[in-house]
Amino acid sequence: MSTRSVIPFGPQHPVLPEPIHLDLVLEDEKVVQAIPSIGFIHRGLEKLVDKKDFQEMVYVAERICGICSMGHGLGYCDAVEHIMDVEIPDRAKYLRTILSELSRVHSHMLWLGLLADAFGFESLYMECWRIREEVLDMFEIATGGRVIFSVMKIGGLRRDLPDDMLKDFRGRLDKIEEQLNEVSKPFFNDVAVKNRLVGVGILTPEKADLLGTAGPFLRASGIARDIRSTKGYCAYDQIEFEPIISTQCDSYARTEVRIKEIYQAIDIIRQCIDKIPQGAVETPIKGFPNGEWMTRIEQPRGEALYYVKANGTKFIDRMRVRTPTFANIPALVEVMAGCELADVPILVLTIDPCISCTER
Amino acid sequence: MSLINFNKTVIKNLFSKPATRKYPFEPKEYPERTRGHVVNDMDVCVLCGLCSIKCPTHAITVDKAEKTWSIRPMSCIQCRCCVDNCPKKCLSMDTHFTEPGSEKITKTFHQSEKAIAAQEALMKAAKERAAAAAAAKAAAAANAQPAANAQPAAPAGGAQPAATEKKDN
Repeated sequence: MSTRSVIPFGPQHPVLPEPIHLDLVLEDEKVVQAIPSIGFIHRGLEKLVDKKDFQEMVYVAERICGICSMGHGLGYCDAVEHIMDVEIPDRAKYLRTILSELSRVHSHMLWLGLLADAFGFESLYMECWRIREEVLDMFEIATGGRVIFSVMKIGGLRRDLPDDMLKDFRGRLDKIEEQLNEVSKPFFNDVAVKNRLVGVGILTPEKADLLGTAGPFLRASGIARDIRSTKGYCAYDQIEFEPIISTQCDSYARTEVRIKEIYQAIDIIRQCIDKIPQGAVETPIKGFPNGEWMTRIEQPRGEALYYVKANGTKFIDRMRVRTPTFANIPALVEVMAGCELADVPILVLTIDPCISCTER
Repeated sequence: MSLINFNKTVIKNLFSKPATRKYPFEPKEYPERTRGHVVNDMDVCVLCGLCSIKCPTHAITVDKAEKTWSIRPMSCIQCRCCVDNCPKKCLSMDTHFTEPGSEKITKTFHQSEKAIAAQEALMKAAKERAAAAAAAKAAAAANAQPAANAQPAAPAGGAQPAATEKKDN
């Protein structure tokens, strides 16, 4: 047996701007064990429920993360709406679906770019981010913000998206899909990309289930678990779609699942634009919330949980968010045992880590 | 084989314009809904103070005695909450962002002469209406019950604080 050495990976690392720290126990070039530690970017956002009233908390919830800002606002509003027994208008449900699927497109494009950067394909990385930029422009046209949208409100949406804007979005999405066809070719066919991804970091379906994995990371292990298909929130009960799975269980499968999810998200937006009803986008609310509720939503990175407990006053008692990255870290540690040191950055990326979300 | 996959994109990029904008020379055109910064039309503002109550970061301060409206641009998160809640619709969102700065500043705006005059005229009219209403009420009460002396005094006394309250607003 050769000597073991421990090298630190992160919290500051060139491949990943997110502050996760891993102690990698190495035997020559092989990783024997990875010991994760987080806690470098805790901001205490959940504690702010003491200072911000339940309507102002929407802004705080949106700022938990810059990439899934839409999802966090949606999850919090959904939980409070259930507590207050508010039924939001159908048009608001459809618009929420459109915006959250758009944010899935931009999150997955961002991830594809980061992955291309991690295996050294710089021009592919730039291409992916160029396409993502067009989605951000759509967000700016629709809501006025590129990253923080401030469009979510308890009881619906703060601004309506007129029909001609949605029609314009349809045209833009067609263009994005065309460009995506070109960009996804290297991911699916390139030999160099395959060499870096195929067979790296295999997570068996049994382990994925046991470790409570979430999102595309779970679906790439062949388990069709998607919170959108429970049809519990937004307008997903009116939309036809199937969770995308892959049975290869490796990093290549995770890439495949995410690329296909971009196509699926574009398809869902098209269905929404076809079916969207006319009407108001907001239900007026009265009084203060009293009770508790747990909401599950499917964010681009996976299943996120929002727990809200309110006591009938202006300030809610407790808000708790469990983000998909937190659920994926145990599985990440599992797949790292036995991999090459050079594959560690790719494996960390394949869970699509968002440590700022995880620590809030 | 592997090169073929990316060839089309590479060749297209060779002969097309850059995807980025040459920023200082080509300024960005913002869409209509962009939340840049908050602008207040001081000709219309009545200093009601709703914006400062609704602001989640307490960036807006309204001083009714000094007749000023001030905002701390570094604290403002451009959530558009004040614009949505403004009863006079004097607040609006400009699409351009504020200039970067090295220190935290407070921008203070004085209510314009025109707005002060308009508001005073409104106040005066409201006060006159209140006084007329009180007088009418007192007269009605006096007509109904000429015998009871204490009765007319009570409604007149009740109307008085209402008028002063309006003045405060």
